[in-house]
Amino acid sequence: MSERQIGEVILEVKNISLRFGGVKALNDISFDVREHELRAIIGPNGAGKSSMLNCINGVYTPQEGSITFRGQTFSHMSSRQVAQMGVARTFQNLALFKGMSVLDNIMSGRNLRMKTNLFQQAVRGFGWGAAEREESEHREVVERIIDFLEIQAWRKTPVGRLPYGLQKRVDLGRALAMEPAVLLLDEPMAGMNVEEKLDMSRFILDVNDEYGTTVVLIEHDMSVVMDISDRVVVLDYGKKIGDGTPAEVRANPEVISAYLGTSQ
Amino acid sequence: MPTTFPRLMLDHAATRPQAAALREKVYGIWQTTTWNALAQLVRQMACGLHAAGLQRGDHVVVVGENRPRLYAAMLAVQSLGGVPVPLYQDAAATEYAFPIQNAEVGFAIVEDQEQVDKLIELRGDGTLLRQIWYDNPRGLRSYDEPGLDSIDTLVVAGQTFEAVHPTWFDAEVALCQPQDVAAMFFTSGTTGQPKGVVHTHHSLLDRALAGQRFDKLTASEEVLAYMPLAWIGQNIFSYAQWLACGYVVNCPESAATVMIDLKEIGPTYYFAPPRVFESLLTSVTIRMEDASAPKRWLFHRFMDLARRVGPALLDGNSGHTPVGRLDRLAYGLGNLCIYGPLRNSLGLNRVRVAYTAGEAIGPDLFTFYRSIGINLKQLYGSTETAVFVCLQPDHEARSDTVGVPIDGVEIRVTEGGEILVKSPGLLKEYYKNPAATAEVLDAAGWYHTGDAGFVDASGHLKIIDRAKDVGRIQGGANDGAMFAPKYVENKLKFFPFIKEAVAFGDRREKVCAFINIDFEAMGNWAERRNLPYAGYTDLAGKSEVLERVRECVEKVNADLAVDSLLAGSQITRFLVLHKELDADDGELTRTRKVRRGAIADKYRVLVDALYGGKSEQFIETAVKFEDGRSGSVSATLKIVDAKTFDSVKVAA
Repeated sequence: MSERQIGEVILEVKNISLRFGGVKALNDISFDVREHELRAIIGPNGAGKSSMLNCINGVYTPQEGSITFRGQTFSHMSSRQVAQMGVARTFQNLALFKGMSVLDNIMSGRNLRMKTNLFQQAVRGFGWGAAEREESEHREVVERIIDFLEIQAWRKTPVGRLPYGLQKRVDLGRALAMEPAVLLLDEPMAGMNVEEKLDMSRFILDVNDEYGTTVVLIEHDMSVVMDISDRVVVLDYGKKIGDGTPAEVRANPEVISAYLGTSQ
Repeated sequence: MPTTFPRLMLDHAATRPQAAALREKVYGIWQTTTWNALAQLVRQMACGLHAAGLQRGDHVVVVGENRPRLYAAMLAVQSLGGVPVPLYQDAAATEYAFPIQNAEVGFAIVEDQEQVDKLIELRGDGTLLRQIWYDNPRGLRSYDEPGLDSIDTLVVAGQTFEAVHPTWFDAEVALCQPQDVAAMFFTSGTTGQPKGVVHTHHSLLDRALAGQRFDKLTASEEVLAYMPLAWIGQNIFSYAQWLACGYVVNCPESAATVMIDLKEIGPTYYFAPPRVFESLLTSVTIRMEDASAPKRWLFHRFMDLARRVGPALLDGNSGHTPVGRLDRLAYGLGNLCIYGPLRNSLGLNRVRVAYTAGEAIGPDLFTFYRSIGINLKQLYGSTETAVFVCLQPDHEARSDTVGVPIDGVEIRVTEGGEILVKSPGLLKEYYKNPAATAEVLDAAGWYHTGDAGFVDASGHLKIIDRAKDVGRIQGGANDGAMFAPKYVENKLKFFPFIKEAVAFGDRREKVCAFINIDFEAMGNWAERRNLPYAGYTDLAGKSEVLERVRECVEKVNADLAVDSLLAGSQITRFLVLHKELDADDGELTRTRKVRRGAIADKYRVLVDALYGGKSEQFIETAVKFEDGRSGSVSATLKIVDAKTFDSVKVAA
């Protein structure tokens, strides 16, 4: 538990350009994220928000530009390598294992941190063996997350049977299970009702506060973003049109015209 | 043997130090607090409270769910002669203002951030609240409010103090006398300000022990504590009797996990208001309706059998026709494949004694539990009587009575039908309210319950309604007939489709009612019928739904017609309200009793429409959401006429 204090730059994105054939999804984007910060990326539909996240996450490889994470610069890296460096993410369209319980889904987030091999795990039992010990250690981490996200009542319920808002919470739980330094959230509040949005905002703030996790968040609900983020990047048609505190961004004429349109 | 709560705890710690006192599920695993560990914790907390300046006789507010450290907090306060005042954890901050001012509370021990926020709001606002301790630090790390610390800090302060004064605690406990005030409970108050009911160690413990003797409770009982501690029912069952008997109290992980925890613990002694039994049954019914046809058939066949012979088997034949050998065999089979698994999935498999109280329970609901072999019984009591006044003996459980007076209780019924009680468990007084005390406690020591009822031929007490609510019909065909609103409302609420009902009729020529449908049950019914609806308001306005409700109302009318005394209380017109009655909107008390007067005022247009003969009425109502924001709900409500029946007596 650390006192939340915004620190040095932990992640820096420099001159990123991403093209799919002739389509320019991202055009010369640069911004930075500081440690323990709650950073939002906003923009209208098709602005390139998810593409940006996918670049940081290693899913897409940008044609130009570089990403510096904790002082290490790279232009290409696999998702697994990124995850090992301490970046976790959630998905806009939930990529949970529907038939597995909440507990198992969150446990799957511990995968990278498991050291025993398949054989050891296969012969486990009777309360002894490395795999058994390891599992109870991981289970403890998972239980703390379950408690943190207040989903104790659904521990053993298959995820597919849960309402959408709770599934989103499980998705967040799985990302937290990696104990990430940076958490990427892709539209954590899409499709939620007002109450679920309030709950989710509270959990994101709590994650940021209690665990000191740096959070990069994509969202299009402006009111939520403005309430909880420290700094906001605004994208429009793959270009960065604004960057600053919520108040600065709100006053930025380019942002206003992107969101509300300009009078001809 | 006169004693006090802290002394009982020390006795348990001395005689059975390693036995479990409390259990709490933490991170998915049940963790045990032994009597010895509890005594240690209480000792340190008491020392900490003393170091913080708590004086003998001071009141300390305790707010939160059932948590071991809050139990320890109450014991710690009592150990040094203070008075714990448990408050309802789901109440709004403004509702705490009166108790905190009234009892001049300076200290509070609460569960979490939610409670801390509410109390901080009240600080300085004419209150003396100067120190708050919290159990769960989540979200509170960045608070730099003065006089706000975690219970851990309190314990550390206690350890420091104890190191210097090792004998202080035992001396304080020895000072504490059975006649001292042990706790104060604020009654929810259907009218006016809440009143602080003052109980002594003796009044609470005497009743706890009387209950123990009545049901032969032992130290090996398991209890699940999930109702608010501020409710005297929970307080008696999981605190007073816990210390009196020395059994284990289990605290659920969270409010949402109660059903799962119930199954894991398998309590042997269980206490819940009727609505909990009702929601348990509703969940079973809904699941059965979704089951496959053969399973459903089997379930219904065996439930028919259970209803026919189950209660008789449980009662040991007293007052029933004897059960034949074939039926016994069939019931045994049912027990193996239906009743047993059902009890198990309800978490009530090990229940030896279960009580329901607080409100009337529907005959069908009551019979259901007894028929599957759960020893569910009723009791009668209130905050002012430390619960135990009348209890049903094991073989005499009935749905329409509340049992016989137990050890030490005397009962008298006045001319006007009001029940008077004399018992060692009566309240000492209402705090700083001698006028109210004098109103209920007369010079001869009788407590006026305000309930109307009578003792029937078998010696069981039967309750009709609140004495002050029993009214008269004025004018019309039934002029002068008795009108018992609660009796009528309860009959309506016994239908699974109806959640709440409010009946009007006193000094009017006929009876009319507001009805709240049960959203879960009615919603499920509508879904199976492919009846689309958008939400509560929409569903409540559907003509199919109104038709279902009308059927229920008419069944109640037919039932009332049989009783010559209450035939005049039949409902002639009703409407289904557009919103659920809610304690946050001041329509229900915190214990979910309807505030008839407040509702009549708030929905005056609807009452006028009912009596004015209109067929529909537009209404817009402001509602408060749980987070404190407000909005409004509006709808045009249809008013429905219901058929009434000639009274049997009139017909004759």
